[in-house]
Amino acid sequence: MNTVFSNKKAIAIFVLPTLLIFCGIVLVPIFVSSYYSVLDWNGVGKGTFVGLDNYVEMFTDSRALLSIRNSFLFAAASVFIQLPISLLLALILASSVKGEGFYRTVYFIPVLISTVVIAQLWSKIYNADYGLLNTLLENIGLSELAQDWLGQKKTALAASFIPTLWQYVGYHMLLMYAGAKSISQEIFEAAKMDGASRIRTAFSITIPLMKPILKVCLVFSIIGAFKVFDLVYVLTGGGPLFATEVPSTLMYTTIFNTYRYGYGSAVSVFIILECLVFTILINKFFKTE
Amino acid sequence: MLNTAEVRLPKRVFLGKFLLQFFLIIVAFVQVYPLIWLAFFSLKDNSEIFSGDVAGFPKKLLWSNYTKALSDGNVMNYFGNSVLVTAASIILVLILSSMAAYAITRMNWKLSNATMTLILLGMMVPIHAALLPLFMVLKSLHLLNTYWSLIIPYVAFGIPMAVFILGSFFKGVPRELEESAVMDGCGVYRTYFSIILPLIRPAIATVSIFTFLSCWNELMFAVTFINDTHYQTLTVGMMSMVGTYITQWGIIGAGLMITTIPTVIIYLLLNKQVQQSMIAGAVKG
Repeated sequence: MNTVFSNKKAIAIFVLPTLLIFCGIVLVPIFVSSYYSVLDWNGVGKGTFVGLDNYVEMFTDSRALLSIRNSFLFAAASVFIQLPISLLLALILASSVKGEGFYRTVYFIPVLISTVVIAQLWSKIYNADYGLLNTLLENIGLSELAQDWLGQKKTALAASFIPTLWQYVGYHMLLMYAGAKSISQEIFEAAKMDGASRIRTAFSITIPLMKPILKVCLVFSIIGAFKVFDLVYVLTGGGPLFATEVPSTLMYTTIFNTYRYGYGSAVSVFIILECLVFTILINKFFKTE
Repeated sequence: MLNTAEVRLPKRVFLGKFLLQFFLIIVAFVQVYPLIWLAFFSLKDNSEIFSGDVAGFPKKLLWSNYTKALSDGNVMNYFGNSVLVTAASIILVLILSSMAAYAITRMNWKLSNATMTLILLGMMVPIHAALLPLFMVLKSLHLLNTYWSLIIPYVAFGIPMAVFILGSFFKGVPRELEESAVMDGCGVYRTYFSIILPLIRPAIATVSIFTFLSCWNELMFAVTFINDTHYQTLTVGMMSMVGTYITQWGIIGAGLMITTIPTVIIYLLLNKQVQQSMIAGAVKG
C-alpha cells in the first residue's frame, strides 16, 4: 500500500504538469511585473532602470490618485450599500418564507451573466435619448431629471457603480443565505421560547453566528471593487475626463494605448499589493474581534 | 410571555407576510426586468425602440434581428470560438487539477502540503498581474491571435480553485477503497482512474460550472491577446458588434441575448448545482 502511494514517478506525473503551468502563468508573472515596474520601457528594446520613479509618479499624478480614490469609493459602496441589502434578503429568505427557493434562484440570475452583456445593457438603460431610465422619468412626470447619465462627470461615477452593485447583490445574498441556513435550528427555537422577536433574533443570534461568511463577503466585495475592470472598460472606458477611471483601466490604457509598460506595471503591482494587504487586514480584524 | 400581542397575531402576521412577499417580488422584478427588457428590444425594430415605447412588449416579434446578428454580425463565429475555448479549458482544468489534487491529498510525499499552499495562494492573485508579462511571452512565441493564447491562461488561472474543490472531495474518500483496490492488484494509475475518479462526479460538475462561467464571461485576456475577428470570443465580439451596429439596438440586443442564453439554460437546468458550486467556491479555508 505505502509503496504504491509513495511512487515518486507517479507523483511527478500527477503533479508536475499542473505545477509547471500554474507557476509559469500565475506566479512568475508577478515577479516579472515587479521587474517591469522599475523600468522606463515602451516594449521595444531594453528599458532603462528608473528605481521607484513609476511609483512616485503614481502617488503624485492626479489621474492615478483619482483612480485609486474611485476604487475606494467603489469598495465603500459595496460594503455599505450592497452588503446590507444582501444581508437583509438573505435573512428574510433563510427564515423560511413562501417561495424561498424561487426568489433565491431569481436573485442570483444576474451574477451568472457576462459583465460585458451587463455593461451593454446598462449603457442602453442610461442612454440619454432613448434609454429606459430617462423614458421612465418622463413617464412619471420627472422629465427635468432626465439626463446623460454616463456622459457627464457628476453622474458618471455613481452610474457606473450601480450595475455592479445590482449584479452581485444576489451573489452575496446566496453566500449569506447558506451561512444563515447552516446555523442549528435549535438555537432559533430556544430564542423563540425566550420570547425574542425576529429582529432581535437576527441581530443577537443570526448575524453574530454568520461572522465567518460575512468575512468572506467583505473580502470578496472589497477585492472585487479594487479589481473591477470589465464593467468600467465597456461602460465608460474610464471617461468622461477620467471621472470613472479605476486602477485597472488606468493600467490597461497606460500599457496598451500609450505604451508606458513600466508605469502600467507599477499600477498592476499596486493592485496586487492592495488586494493582498486588505485580505490580511480583514482577516486580522475578524480574528481580534 | 403570552400577552395581548399574541392574541392579535393572526391579522398582523397576515399583513406582515403580505408586505414581505410584496417586497420580495419588487426585488425580483428589479433583478430580472433589465434582462426581460433586453429580450424585448432584441425583437424590436428601430422605429419602435426610438418612438418612445422602449419598455414594453414588442408589437411584432422581429426574429430577423437574430439571423442578422448571427450572420452579418459575425456572432455565429464568436459563439463557436467561445464554445471551443471554454470546452478546451474545462477539459484541461479537470484533467490537470484532478491528478494534482489526488497526488497532493492522497499520496505520500514530503512537499505535498507546501504544494497545496502554493497553489491555493493562486486564488488571491488578480489576473491583472499576469496581463503584460503573458502578452510579451505570447508575442515572442507567436501565439497571439490563436486559441491557445486564451486556453493556456484560462487553464492556469482555473487550477487553484479546481485543486481546492477537488482536493476537499478526495479527502472525504475512505482509505479502504484504495486499499482493497491495491490488494486486488491495481496500480496507482488504475486505482485513480477506475476507482477514485468515478466517485467524485459531483466535484467534477462543480469545477466544470465554475470554469465555464469564468471562461465564457472573461474579457481582459480576450481583448488583449486576440484582435483577429476570426479568433475573437463572444465578450470581445460583442464590443466590436456594438461599434458596428451603434444605432441598431435590435441587432445588438439579439447578440447580447445569444451570448446570455447558454448560461441561462445551464442555470435553469442545474440551478441547485450552480448555486452549490458558487457557495463551495467561496467558502474556502
